[in-house]
Amino acid sequence: MEKLSGIQENREFVEARETSRNWGTMLVWALVLGLLAILGLGLARAQEGPIGIGRNVPEFTLTTFDGEQLNINKSRGKVVLVNFWASWCKPCQQEAAELEEAYQNFKDRDVIFLGVDYVDTEKEALAYLEKFQITYANGPDLGTKISQAFRIRGVPETFIIDRNGIIVDIKIGPYTSLAEIENALQTALEQ
Amino acid sequence: MRDSFVRVFGLALVLIALVAAPAFAQDPEPSDDEVNRIAKQLYCPVCPNTPLDVCSTQACAQWRATIREQLELGWNEDQIRQYFVEQYGDRVLATPPARGINWLIYVLPPVVIIVGGLLLLRTIRSWIGTNNGRLVQEELLPEKDVYVNQLEDELRRRESG
Repeated sequence: MEKLSGIQENREFVEARETSRNWGTMLVWALVLGLLAILGLGLARAQEGPIGIGRNVPEFTLTTFDGEQLNINKSRGKVVLVNFWASWCKPCQQEAAELEEAYQNFKDRDVIFLGVDYVDTEKEALAYLEKFQITYANGPDLGTKISQAFRIRGVPETFIIDRNGIIVDIKIGPYTSLAEIENALQTALEQ
Repeated sequence: MRDSFVRVFGLALVLIALVAAPAFAQDPEPSDDEVNRIAKQLYCPVCPNTPLDVCSTQACAQWRATIREQLELGWNEDQIRQYFVEQYGDRVLATPPARGINWLIYVLPPVVIIVGGLLLLRTIRSWIGTNNGRLVQEELLPEKDVYVNQLEDELRRRESG
């Protein structure tokens, strides 16, 4: 009887140790997998390019340099051109005058231009706007929230959004001519 | 004689005060070291992995100029850092604040070290205890005891039969 009792105790001891070991292993695996999942999501997000054509425009509110608040959702029914730029960006200067000219040609045709100033300093940004005589709404990308929502990779980048809030055109880098901007806007208006 | 001395001395003090006042009122221009002390706590999103104090792009030069202007205005380090966070987000900070998913950065390393240490301890203890455990099992495990005995009984029966 003593021997049987010893066998039972030994079995319980072995089982308890196995159960404890299993829980420990599961905990370690859960930690490792959780960490890998976080790393994977971060890497996947970092590898994503700009938000694609055919996608809904991400919601954002631009606070202009004049203090006006412009919400993208309130521009439904109009075509919107969102241009990301910065005063330190040389390629942005190549398209600045053409963008203003396109704005003058399309502003009475249900087209809105929004300039989003990316990682810039206000003094230089205002000097840039004055230099190129830009009159459409412009504001800083506060907290880089808008550029992150659009997942831009640099400046300049320009997105054209149709009347239904769908992205219909993306330009990475500067526009090379006024005609290129106007063609993209015309196509969006006709959709 | 004594009165005139006091008058001259008082006048001299007033003159010194008038001359010195503008010098005290004017803020000294911040040195590059002062600017860089704050700049190295910041990272411009345009130049990943390059602290602001050593970044050579125009964007970073503009940021450093902004820091200099803010120091001239009498802002302290916290105010300047807060300004950059409001303008460009938490990502500009060299040391991310412990909120949102960022807390993992601060919590995970100690947790991993503690869990790793516990596992190591347990493994070492199980190594030390293995020999004893084996002896106990060999003596007491029912498989050894019951089945081996049955087998031996069977063999004995066959041999005798």
